[in-house]
Amino acid sequence: MEEVQKLTREDFQTDKPVKWCAGCGSYSILAAVQNALPQLGIPKEKIVFVSGIGCSSRFPYYMKTYGFHTLHGRGAAIASGLKSARPDLNVWLATGDGDSMAIGGNHFIHLIRRNIDINVLVFNNKIYGLTKGQYSPTTPYGSITKSSPDGTIENPFRPGELVIGAEGNFFARVIDKEPRGMEKVMIDAANHKGTSIIEVLQNCVIFNDHIHESIVGKDVRDDRIIMLEHGKPMIFGKERNKGLVIDGQDLKVVTIGENGITEKDILVHDMTTKNPNIHYMLARMTYPTHPLAIGVIRCVEDATYETVLQAQVDNAVANTKIKTVDQLLHSGQIFEIK
Amino acid sequence: MSEMQKKVVERDEVVIKFAGDSGDGMQLTGTQFSDASASFGNELLTFPDYPAEIRAPQGTVAGVSGFQVHIGNKEVQTPGDLADVLIAMNPAALKTNMKWVKSGATIIIDIDNFDNKHYKKAGYVEDPLGDGSLDGYALIKAPITSLSRSTVNALNLGIDVKTADKTRNQFVMGILMWLFDRDLKQGEEFIAQKFAKKPNLIQPNQAVLRAGYSYAETVEAIATQFHVNPVKGKKGTFRQITGNQATAWGLMAGAEKAGLKLFLGSYPITPASEILHELSKHKHLGVKTFQAEDEIAGICTAIGASFGGNLGMTTTSGPGLSLKTEAMGLAVITELPLVIVDVQRGGPSTGLPTKTEQSDLLQAIHGRHGESPMPVIAASTPGNCFNYAYEACKIAVEHMTPIILLTDGYLANGTELWEIPNYEAMPKIVPPFVKDNDPDYQPYKRDAEKLNRRWALPGQKGLEHRIGGLEKSDIYGEVSHDPYNHQVMTDYRAEKVKRIANFIPEQKIIGNQDGGELLVIGWGGTFGALNMAVKELREEGYDVSLAHFNYIFPLPKNTEDVLKKFKKRVVCELNLGQFADYLRTQYPQYPYEQYNKVQGLPFFIGELKDKFKQMLEK
Repeated sequence: MEEVQKLTREDFQTDKPVKWCAGCGSYSILAAVQNALPQLGIPKEKIVFVSGIGCSSRFPYYMKTYGFHTLHGRGAAIASGLKSARPDLNVWLATGDGDSMAIGGNHFIHLIRRNIDINVLVFNNKIYGLTKGQYSPTTPYGSITKSSPDGTIENPFRPGELVIGAEGNFFARVIDKEPRGMEKVMIDAANHKGTSIIEVLQNCVIFNDHIHESIVGKDVRDDRIIMLEHGKPMIFGKERNKGLVIDGQDLKVVTIGENGITEKDILVHDMTTKNPNIHYMLARMTYPTHPLAIGVIRCVEDATYETVLQAQVDNAVANTKIKTVDQLLHSGQIFEIK
Repeated sequence: MSEMQKKVVERDEVVIKFAGDSGDGMQLTGTQFSDASASFGNELLTFPDYPAEIRAPQGTVAGVSGFQVHIGNKEVQTPGDLADVLIAMNPAALKTNMKWVKSGATIIIDIDNFDNKHYKKAGYVEDPLGDGSLDGYALIKAPITSLSRSTVNALNLGIDVKTADKTRNQFVMGILMWLFDRDLKQGEEFIAQKFAKKPNLIQPNQAVLRAGYSYAETVEAIATQFHVNPVKGKKGTFRQITGNQATAWGLMAGAEKAGLKLFLGSYPITPASEILHELSKHKHLGVKTFQAEDEIAGICTAIGASFGGNLGMTTTSGPGLSLKTEAMGLAVITELPLVIVDVQRGGPSTGLPTKTEQSDLLQAIHGRHGESPMPVIAASTPGNCFNYAYEACKIAVEHMTPIILLTDGYLANGTELWEIPNYEAMPKIVPPFVKDNDPDYQPYKRDAEKLNRRWALPGQKGLEHRIGGLEKSDIYGEVSHDPYNHQVMTDYRAEKVKRIANFIPEQKIIGNQDGGELLVIGWGGTFGALNMAVKELREEGYDVSLAHFNYIFPLPKNTEDVLKKFKKRVVCELNLGQFADYLRTQYPQYPYEQYNKVQGLPFFIGELKDKFKQMLEK
């Protein structure tokens, strides 16, 4: 095998100015990606960043890799074609809540359903940034935005629910202010074979500033989020004394040391189980009834579309007598007229 | 065997129409008959006539499925205007097709289905056999159902009535084999091949075929045998091919000659789906097909594949082409090779999905946002769908551009006896690749002659670059909102497509090379009818010539020379005058008359001749 040159963060940085707003959450996502990639051991020329349209989708222009900034919502379809045609490439998709779940909703769910090995960064700022402040499919009900002066009257999507509903195998949620956590999850996503969806809770300083703050803000987060770790009991809280248990048909928050609850009663996180029921409940959880789950919620291995497709092609090529179009032209019923 | 003396009539050409319920196997019978004719050395062209419904109620007009076969001893270029022989398996089939038969035609009906119950289903008020409407036709009332059943029963194979009834088409085939003096063995072999996977059906079908043959030989009602001689001097290796199959094979040939993997992203749509089906069968040639979630994803996956160095393609029909227009804009600005096949059908909207039309022309030329030039070419026979699919690949790859290939429902489903091309001799296709670490590589640096950019592929060392929908700077390919740069890049994209005219053949004239009275102008799938109409008129002494276009945008460089040589011009097309309008914008100095038809049907030779004569006599 060819030895892969040791890469550094600088190898992925362009000398072109990055043009997101000052303070935009996208900067830290870019940094996390540029920190994660050298750890993957993949040659730079094999990495491709595809994107749709929106603030998030300028991402490929800021990466010194192959890149393709495509159409609004269609990044998932273009990346699907690229990866199916070229399984040897390491393909990433940068998209936003509008790009992936409104205009590109169809491509998004079908990408997940096919389990094509693409790593998807969903920049979820719960607003339309590039078109200047209209509500998105993840905007909370009742929100006042430019296009909903009287409050939105639509229920928002939760990306994790869509992913699991579409038979997804990898879903993680991260916070733009947590570079270490993002970096680690990006490596997990890249190593996972199949479609990996990472929802980044990203802040839009201009149109939706502090949207995630009431849950992930430094002062409150300890009691309002839970950092999931595979194989570890699901414990959270400032005092590390709260945990999750199954109660009837839902997850319930309990306090260790109260009502006879001990650490042994707390549910252990298993991201690899095929059965999605608990993953689904984890993906749905939100403050105030539950903590918001951060980290890898689901990571299941299954056959990937491009590998099976390539195997079908290789098998057909190996077992055919007709190896060229010329041979095909002369196969089957031919009429020789003399 | 009958002692009766049967008459043999020599004919130059015969048109046979098979019609029955969509479950009656008329398509199969038609194919079987055309195979036998091909082996015999006839020229032929076939055309199926599918209902839009898959299995409409039996015996109703909506459920009638047809298949027309035109055979001859010289060139055959249309399925024939009207039939010499009609096979009608039930009253609905008769009712639907009476308007498409010649006066005095031979009509074979399954008399077992001509009863009040079936008349009612077909919407007949009077018994068509008793109301005089069939006077003057050679009507053969064959007990097809009952004789098929009794033949199968006599074999004592324990075959049920439903299965026995499915052999009826072979009874029809037997009659035709006799009627056209064909080798019965060939029909038997066809059955053996067709049912190779259901061997228990071979014997009953062959028995019914022989029964039909014997019936025709014996019964007095059939007094005439037709004899259509083989084509004289015809030599070579042929196969029957539909337009859709030829398109699929041409696309594979193009990809293979370019040394590229073929990737098809497609969403099923009538009448283009067979291209997806056909390509899906050829993974053994390295072909990948991706049945996308919608038309948009069909083209987008193809664009992604082309970015990755495959030859991306997408196949569709009019409504699908509309959905793909946004992505075509992306392919134009990113200057990636991409082949888009539009098998046109009657529109707008769902329109006449199983019928032919040429009404997507202006959509293909102009139907995009922005200044978005894209070459457009059109196939004109079922067989040359192969050549133009190949040509589309060549233009897409060598000029680094998306391209639209127009075919139509008539070409797509029509079959011709196609001479297998000399594959070796087909022109090379050379992709403008870049070597790894080429220090001179720039994403939008252009070839001096063709103006195409070069194609650097992900995975190549030292060529990392980013493309996308935002306007890019000349040469360097950085995002650019510079006003002057946009002008430069827009001009380049237009000029690049315009220069394709330097690489395509000149427009030919069929007829008077030095000009004359009337130039018939056509494009795409109407070639057969236009060519035959012009040919017949010329044989009758009329000064009429034909210019039939395959290269639509850009037009061949000598187009003006062709147009100016004639006193009158008539543009004939299956729409309301889109090519005529296009020519008016390109060459406004000439007047153009039009002949248009939008009935979901191809042109008939007769109607064209009438129009041309009228123009010549004015």
